[in-house]
Amino acid sequence: MADIYDVAIIGAGVIGSAIARKLSSYNLKTALLEKECDVSFGVSKANSGIIHGGFHHDSATLKSRLEVKGNLMFDQLKDELHFPFNRCGILVAAFSGDEMRTVEKLYQNGLGNKAIGIELCNHERMISLEPKLNRDVVGGLYAPGGGIIEPYRFVFSLVESAKKNGVEVLTKFEVAESEEKNDCYILKSADGRSLKAKWVVNAAGLYSDEISRIFGAESFTITPRKGEEFLLDRNATAYTSKVIFPAPSHVSKGMLVIPTAEGTTMVGPTAQMVDDKQDASTSKANFQAIFSSARRLVPAVSERDIITSFTGLRPTMEGDDFYIEASKIKPRFIQVAGIQSPGLTAAPAIADYVKDILKVEGLALSEKPDFDPYIEDVPRFRNSSKEELDALIAENPAYGEVICRCENISEAEIVAAVRQGHDTLDGVKFYTRAMMGRCQGGFCTHKIMKIICRETGKSMDELTKRGGGSWLVHKKVGDYALEDRA
Amino acid sequence: MKTIEKDVLVIGGGSAGMAAAAEIRERNHSVAIVERDNILGGILNQCIHNGFGLHRFKEELTGPEYAERYAEIIEASDMEVFTGTTVTEIEKRDEGKTVYAYSARHGMLVFQVKAVVLAMGCRERNRGNIGTPGTRPAGVYTAGLAQRLVNMEGLMPGSKCVIVGSGDIGLIMARRMSWVGADVKAVVEIQPYPAGLTRNIVQCLNDFNIPLHLSHVVSKIHGKDRVEGIDITPLRDGIEVTEETFHIECDTLLLSVGLIPDNEIARKAGIDINRETNGPLVDSSLMTSVEGIFACGNVLHVHDLVDYVSEESHRCGAFVSDYLEHQSETKQFKMVSGSNLKYVIPNQFRADRDNHFYMRSLIVRNHAELVLTLDGKELGRKKLRHIQPSEMISFTLKEKDLDKAALDDNSTLEISLVG
Amino acid sequence: MTKELICISCPIGCHLEVTQKGDEITVRNNKCSRGEIYGKEELLAPKRVVTATCPVKSDLMLRIPVKTTEAIPVELINRLLEELYKREVSAPVRRGDIILENFMDSGIDVVSTKTLSG
Repeated sequence: MADIYDVAIIGAGVIGSAIARKLSSYNLKTALLEKECDVSFGVSKANSGIIHGGFHHDSATLKSRLEVKGNLMFDQLKDELHFPFNRCGILVAAFSGDEMRTVEKLYQNGLGNKAIGIELCNHERMISLEPKLNRDVVGGLYAPGGGIIEPYRFVFSLVESAKKNGVEVLTKFEVAESEEKNDCYILKSADGRSLKAKWVVNAAGLYSDEISRIFGAESFTITPRKGEEFLLDRNATAYTSKVIFPAPSHVSKGMLVIPTAEGTTMVGPTAQMVDDKQDASTSKANFQAIFSSARRLVPAVSERDIITSFTGLRPTMEGDDFYIEASKIKPRFIQVAGIQSPGLTAAPAIADYVKDILKVEGLALSEKPDFDPYIEDVPRFRNSSKEELDALIAENPAYGEVICRCENISEAEIVAAVRQGHDTLDGVKFYTRAMMGRCQGGFCTHKIMKIICRETGKSMDELTKRGGGSWLVHKKVGDYALEDRA
Repeated sequence: MKTIEKDVLVIGGGSAGMAAAAEIRERNHSVAIVERDNILGGILNQCIHNGFGLHRFKEELTGPEYAERYAEIIEASDMEVFTGTTVTEIEKRDEGKTVYAYSARHGMLVFQVKAVVLAMGCRERNRGNIGTPGTRPAGVYTAGLAQRLVNMEGLMPGSKCVIVGSGDIGLIMARRMSWVGADVKAVVEIQPYPAGLTRNIVQCLNDFNIPLHLSHVVSKIHGKDRVEGIDITPLRDGIEVTEETFHIECDTLLLSVGLIPDNEIARKAGIDINRETNGPLVDSSLMTSVEGIFACGNVLHVHDLVDYVSEESHRCGAFVSDYLEHQSETKQFKMVSGSNLKYVIPNQFRADRDNHFYMRSLIVRNHAELVLTLDGKELGRKKLRHIQPSEMISFTLKEKDLDKAALDDNSTLEISLVG
Repeated sequence: MTKELICISCPIGCHLEVTQKGDEITVRNNKCSRGEIYGKEELLAPKRVVTATCPVKSDLMLRIPVKTTEAIPVELINRLLEELYKREVSAPVRRGDIILENFMDSGIDVVSTKTLSG
């Protein structure tokens, strides 16, 4: 425990990872701590991936300022970090005079936020912008600056970039205890490891209230708000050219039709307060609600096209805004909590904002001259032309081995994921999209398991879906005694 | 890059592709097979149980044996087989087709061919397709993936399992899991009758005292990291009787909930898809809506016996050969499925030769009759013994039976089932 | 002794009632004569064909599929399976090669159902 970190960031979701990457551009010794076995395995994994258009919140809020600023940062980030991002635009569809009045309020928000290109639309304009919309649409709002990204891949890229620039990532590090000594925090993990850090950033998502308590800082409560979503096949005729929102209610932005950055369609999410921070279950009742609501926007949405469903939990807290400030109780402890929507959009701006807080609070920041914002762009089979593929295979035959037939993912991409440390099935899945298509891994899971074993030297029974007790196979044929069984 | 010119490219080296290719080569046309896996045989390689080949070879074979018999025919011929190779695209040209494929060994392969046979088989329906509520732990496997893990990798996907679906794959896996020492707690079937063969109910469930819950569904999956148990709820008149829900502790859930033709390349090539089968719509020569592209086996419609796959695919190979020899430009008429049938394949018929039809029933009966109606007039009947949705019905309409029929351009033949 | 069995001679699946009194066995509820034969055999000496895999030393595959040449008495199945799971086979193997001969004097062999070249 000789080393002392300048900053320890707790939580490797999109917020913690964006902060880590930002800090990696300064001469600092930074640790990024994650309780799960891989980064992005909490809230960020089941995010809708919307890059918001800057009209949902009024300009007085911090979240609105950071959303608008964050939105504008994504083009450069994509260029540096190569995650799927499509600035496809957002439509909010109104189906009555009342809904239209709500939309007009959004428009005023958008103007106040200086959201680029925002416009109010009549029925005809809406239909021409998106012919798949329900013809009953009265009018709505168009925000051309909105878009969609692959959220987990964004996090993986942020972490990869942070690591490349010197940040140390410690997974399975669940902060269980903290002690303050000589202007330094000693962080102890549940599995008995410990490290020292001068500064701590609490970006623990759903668990930021518990982390604050462990450090003796402010007392607040994070309540998970559950959102169920359904993923539809890439052949679904419901695939729209823009993200479609309904007019929002007071609790959430409503259930959307989302053309994902990778060509599938997503519908959802629901918004339901729950007590359990691990409640990722799905239910039948929500299924009905999502589909009837999505069909009201886009009639072509069909249950026939469902590939899978999943649940995300948003970390909500009292008050309507993000809670990002230096603790008033503990020194050198920065709270970054209550980051629900539009947290993903705001993430890069939040990172800048946290960096500024650290500076104001007294952390010495000097820019690293050799900071490299770029990471390697691993070519993807599905995005390559025929000629590019031929050349790729000549150089690396593993590009010719198509492992995931639904999403066209080659062995080379899977190997790249494992070599980046994503050695669980979910890690490979979220890094590469293998097993994310219509067969949901029916054909390729065993091949991927073999590749992980080969690359890591692990045995089959050591592999997991996502760490912890999520084992995949645990014995070999012949390991069970049959004789004593009737 | 490598360019290969052939008369025909067969996509898929399983039972369908091998039979079609063998037939085409027999008729002296040049043919190549592209197969994703490293060996021929497709899914038969993991079906190590017996019960294959009673119609085709008049003896009971295991899956690997059935596959090998065909693979030997292919290997003994001079046809080129590209294993470890994946097709991504079929392009239509004025004359023939260009097919693009990739493999580690050859890089990009470009096939210039006159005809293409689609023989890619099917994929398994999964949890998302049936919408099982609950958590998303490890330990939920499709039966086919579990079969692969057990039979080819020698791995145990779990020790206490419940199987959803009483189709033959589900039943066969119940026995296999028992034989490798797992405790199979139950088989859950949404229908009021078992979907698999009686023989498999007896030998795969009753032999091991595995309970079969008919008219039941898995209503919830429990467990955060790994499956810890499931809730099972009975159905009454199609509605879940939630108060009668019971719980079974298990670490594994195997899903055997149906198969879907794997038609993505076909869709991309602009081929019209049959909404009932999810396979291509085909004419009496098993040609799809795109001229020169044919389909056979499970990519066309899901068969329950490999013997029928081979039979259909040999016929497909013969039709492809006819096409290459310009023998197939005869008038075709419309074929539709009527009452109590889910579908009939093919979707057209010809009056100048025998027509073989495969169809699937929507009903369960011990006695039934097939009724053929041409433009509203009954043409003939055939008595059937036991019918159920999981058992394909095959029927041959003889050329001579159409002799006296008055056919005009818009004639439609309807085939239906009377219970 | 009376046992209820489902006949597997055809897809109808008659629910047979098979009764044994001394040497005499009667089969009821069968719709045809095949049901009677099945019921008697299944009551006196049930047998099954067993398929399984053995570990194999090869770069190409991990398990080699095998089967019994005939149906074997059900009481021998578990012992046979345990034996097969332990028996490591080396390539080359041809389809039909004997893997286990005359298992427990049953007169029944276990043969490979796949060819694996060296």
